[in-house]
Amino acid sequence: MAALLTQNFITALLLGAVTASIPLLLAGLGEQISEKAGVLNIGIEGMMLMGAYAGFLLAYRSGSPWLGFAAGAAGGAAVAAIMALLCVFAGLNQVVIGIALTLGVQGLTALLHHVQFSQNYPRLADFGVLKLPALSAIPVLGPALFQQPLCVYLAWLAVPALGAIFRATHLGLSLQAAGDKPAALDAAGVDVVIIRGGAVLATGLMAGLGGAFMAEIGAGIFVPFMTNGNGFIGIVLAMLARGKPWRVLLGAMLFGACLSITTALQVAGIDVPTDVIQMLPFAAVLLALVIFGRQASLPAALGVHYLRGAR
Amino acid sequence: MSRIVLTAFLPFIAAIILSGLVLWLLGANPVAYYTIVVQRGLFSTGGLQASATHMAAPLLIGASLIVAFRAGIWNLGGDGQFLLAAVVVAAAAPNMAGILPRWAALSLCLALGAAVGAAWSVLPALLKAYQGVNEIITTLMMTFLGVSLANVLVKLVFADPHTTVPQTRTLPVADRLPHVFHTTISSGLLVGVITIILVQLVMARTAFGLKLRMVGASQKAALHAGLPVPRLIFSVFGLSAALAGLAGAVDILGVQGNVRADWNPAYTLTVVPLVFLARLNGFAAIPLMFLFAILSIGGESAARRLGVPNQFTLVVMATLLILLGVSETLDQRRRNGGPG
Amino acid sequence: MLSLQGVTKRYPGVVANDRLFIDFAAGEVHVLLGENGAGKSTLVALLSGLQTPDQGFILLNGARQVMKNPAQALRHGIGTVYQHSMLVPSLSVAENIALGGAWWRRPDLPGIAARMATICQDIGVTLDPAAIVGTLSLGEQQQVEIIRALLRGSRFLILDEATGMLTPNAAQELGALMRRLAQRGLAVLFITHKLREALAFGDRISVLRHGRLAGQISPERLAGTDHGQISADIVHLMFGSAQSAAGPAPVPAAKAGDSPVLQAIALAVAHAPPIDLAISAGEIFGIAGIDGNGQKQFAEALAGQSPAQGGHILLDGQDLAALTVGERHKKGLRYVTDDRLGEGTIGSFPISLNLLFKNLADRPFWRHGIEQPAPIHAYAEQQVAAFDIRTPSVDTPIGKLSGGNIQKVLLARELSGPARAVIFAKPTNGLDVQNTIATRQRIRAAASGGLAILLISTDLDEILELSHRIAVMAGGRLVGVVENGPDARREVGEMMSGLAE
Repeated sequence: MAALLTQNFITALLLGAVTASIPLLLAGLGEQISEKAGVLNIGIEGMMLMGAYAGFLLAYRSGSPWLGFAAGAAGGAAVAAIMALLCVFAGLNQVVIGIALTLGVQGLTALLHHVQFSQNYPRLADFGVLKLPALSAIPVLGPALFQQPLCVYLAWLAVPALGAIFRATHLGLSLQAAGDKPAALDAAGVDVVIIRGGAVLATGLMAGLGGAFMAEIGAGIFVPFMTNGNGFIGIVLAMLARGKPWRVLLGAMLFGACLSITTALQVAGIDVPTDVIQMLPFAAVLLALVIFGRQASLPAALGVHYLRGAR
Repeated sequence: MSRIVLTAFLPFIAAIILSGLVLWLLGANPVAYYTIVVQRGLFSTGGLQASATHMAAPLLIGASLIVAFRAGIWNLGGDGQFLLAAVVVAAAAPNMAGILPRWAALSLCLALGAAVGAAWSVLPALLKAYQGVNEIITTLMMTFLGVSLANVLVKLVFADPHTTVPQTRTLPVADRLPHVFHTTISSGLLVGVITIILVQLVMARTAFGLKLRMVGASQKAALHAGLPVPRLIFSVFGLSAALAGLAGAVDILGVQGNVRADWNPAYTLTVVPLVFLARLNGFAAIPLMFLFAILSIGGESAARRLGVPNQFTLVVMATLLILLGVSETLDQRRRNGGPG
Repeated sequence: MLSLQGVTKRYPGVVANDRLFIDFAAGEVHVLLGENGAGKSTLVALLSGLQTPDQGFILLNGARQVMKNPAQALRHGIGTVYQHSMLVPSLSVAENIALGGAWWRRPDLPGIAARMATICQDIGVTLDPAAIVGTLSLGEQQQVEIIRALLRGSRFLILDEATGMLTPNAAQELGALMRRLAQRGLAVLFITHKLREALAFGDRISVLRHGRLAGQISPERLAGTDHGQISADIVHLMFGSAQSAAGPAPVPAAKAGDSPVLQAIALAVAHAPPIDLAISAGEIFGIAGIDGNGQKQFAEALAGQSPAQGGHILLDGQDLAALTVGERHKKGLRYVTDDRLGEGTIGSFPISLNLLFKNLADRPFWRHGIEQPAPIHAYAEQQVAAFDIRTPSVDTPIGKLSGGNIQKVLLARELSGPARAVIFAKPTNGLDVQNTIATRQRIRAAASGGLAILLISTDLDEILELSHRIAVMAGGRLVGVVENGPDARREVGEMMSGLAE
């Protein structure tokens, strides 16, 4: 047990946690936007996976990881556009379409990967880390938190940025109104469909970025079905965060730690089978739902299609 | 009649065509693909029997979804329930085979599978009934947890000590579900067909089924009629999950014989479109599951011959689901005489 | 400032607004009086941009205007305060007022708070800009909506049934506020059913009845004539003086020692004061009142759908507290809900099953839990014939039937078998004349058959036509009980209009 509290273990744990947490963070933040606006976006797993594939593809072909991120965002947004069209605009059932999109992307990316990469399974070059001067010298925390690739810091910046948008712009107000009482938003002269559709697109964009991160930074390759529930965990994070982006960061770090604890344990010399470790994040999620489930306050108009005049 | 044809077959055919387009864009020949699928899945004796055998698990998963969806419950945890039941049955069956006569061992194992499946749904059921937590999320999480747990059990607890490959002890063919007459079709098919017919009859012809359907159609009306809604929701979870567990048992006892590590056919989400296409009717689901089995079995051959991986089936299913949704909405709009 | 020129709006089966010609002037509080169904809400929807007229047009400052959505109406200076709050509960007052600005800009909350403070002072209202709307009382929420309309530059302010849920004091304040607003040059349109407030707050009164303008009281008349006389005139305009088609059947003389069939003793429902009620066999007890005053909650508590906070419900002397909905139904307490499509039936299910909603699993329709199509079918055929239900077959999904026939199915279900007491909630709502008459006859027949009837309705004609005794429900409690007779219309009208409070 003492081995668990060594510097090395904690550093290794934090390091792994950060890398694993970023996709969760981005997915969670993205889902939070949809959820605020009143859309239950089950398709987020598919959006993430598409982002992973598109990100990997473009990063590999072009050699530029940043182009990869752009492609990832675009891929996720493209899938989200389908959801926005079918659910927000046309009113189809959000759950059914979400399942369909996830299935479709899983199949499509597996196919594409097979056609393009199954011969050689290429790997991406390692992404360089950015060492923050004074901060990275802090013992234990320093090397883990402040010696990360640039995109990690950018992802962290998304947290206060989103918080600012939610709290301090008209867009944030409209989002909250769309999820709480769309009729009031309509009466105030704002188009509910545009706000909700935009929210869904933003979710796709962020989920796509998260997927691209998983492929480029986390794994360095694309494996079919590689998102493995990260998108769905993002939904749980958004549910438990009750509208505050910093809580998504907290949850993402916790679950990221669960996801990455294997390497850290190896460092500490403790040998636990990987499969048991793989159960940990999902068990933690369920525990969180049991403890906080009742408090997970969801917007009043979540999942309900808005029709003017249908009051 | 023409409406049924339009809303049932048109989406299916359109999905096949659209997915064929995807194949073509990827550089494969869709006509060749589908020809092989039909040849290998339907028109060869071996293939036909394999298709019939491979219908069983999807039929039972379909039954599981029908029960849940008719009552308005999104039980998407079928894969976890399936896999855990499969693992437990795979571990128990070889032991029982030695002690009990074949019929007793098999029946007991089937019941065991159903019980394990039902047990794996208790937590989401409780969370929904008492905390109002959305069951889509909880059942999905239980699936991921269940799949990991199943792997742990296969590799660490129930591993076959006599082989190096991580899997459970293999059940000898003699102790598995018998074949139907002189074919190679597993009698698991019969279990599947009988079960889904029973499910359909219970849902359509009994008071219990009627109560479930009422809860699914309108909770307000169910309350007005005085139904015990939370208790019914609990029953639905248990029943639906038990059916998924039964699917796992049937697959092991009839086809697989053991569970290999990292094995997960992941039927649940894939079968969702078919269940909706069947309009949640058990009878209609039978031919659809047959078509699905042909696509799967034939797809495996096509994968070897043409190099198209069988995840292609997912694309077909996803396209089908979207087209279904679109055609339903268009149909409704037309019937209401104009938008909205 | 604003003028209605022959405005007409039709919905399936009813003309909600029929060729209205009304002028609204600035600096005046114009009151629109009318009972439920008179067409007030439709007019509000037309003025606020939620709907457009089928015929006729709206003149705004002399120019013809078409308003296709709320945003356009707002831009023309028309502000609306609806009956049900149009504020976002989870946002603060200032944030709600800010709603609708350019999306990238920061909401100018301090600026709004400052402007709010000025206007609040001007019109004599105190509001905290940072308060979360969900925590405010209804009266305060209305004030927020008024402030918002003013800040948006509204010159024409519509207040739709704004005092419906307010305490008398809060209503007084609102009335005074309206006056001050009019003095600042706004045109205020105040929609209400409360006669007393109309007289107290209004400068000009227009009375709507069945979608038409029944009459107007000018400011001169209002100022000059005695209020009592005007009240009588207005009640006449609102409710008409048509005699009831057929008086209620005489209540059979109660034998000495006869206990009432249906009794509520100190029944406490939700947050309302306890209710006492007793209905004898053959008696029709009518509860009149504006929608949303606790009638539905009361009916649901009696039927067993929701638990009561206290008190007793007795049917033929037996306490029903422990019984479920199904059990109460079997004992003879029946409930015909007003929500035919949402609650009373399931549209996709066939008529035959809808008829047996509350008899699930009973013999002979189900044996060992298995459906027996033959008895179900036979029973359904029997009911269809007995209650004159027009349908292609008993297997038709009930959603396909017309409103009148759906109501007949509900009646068939609730009036059959050992019924002892029946609660009717708005039984003829949305029905055409023929079905309305038929339904009322059924109710009368049920009563003369010895049942105790509780009739809850917002249609005063119906209450007067059928009831032996009449009470008014306001704010969840029963306000007064009168015997039906020649004075009943006036007495009930006064109770409903708040004059008797």
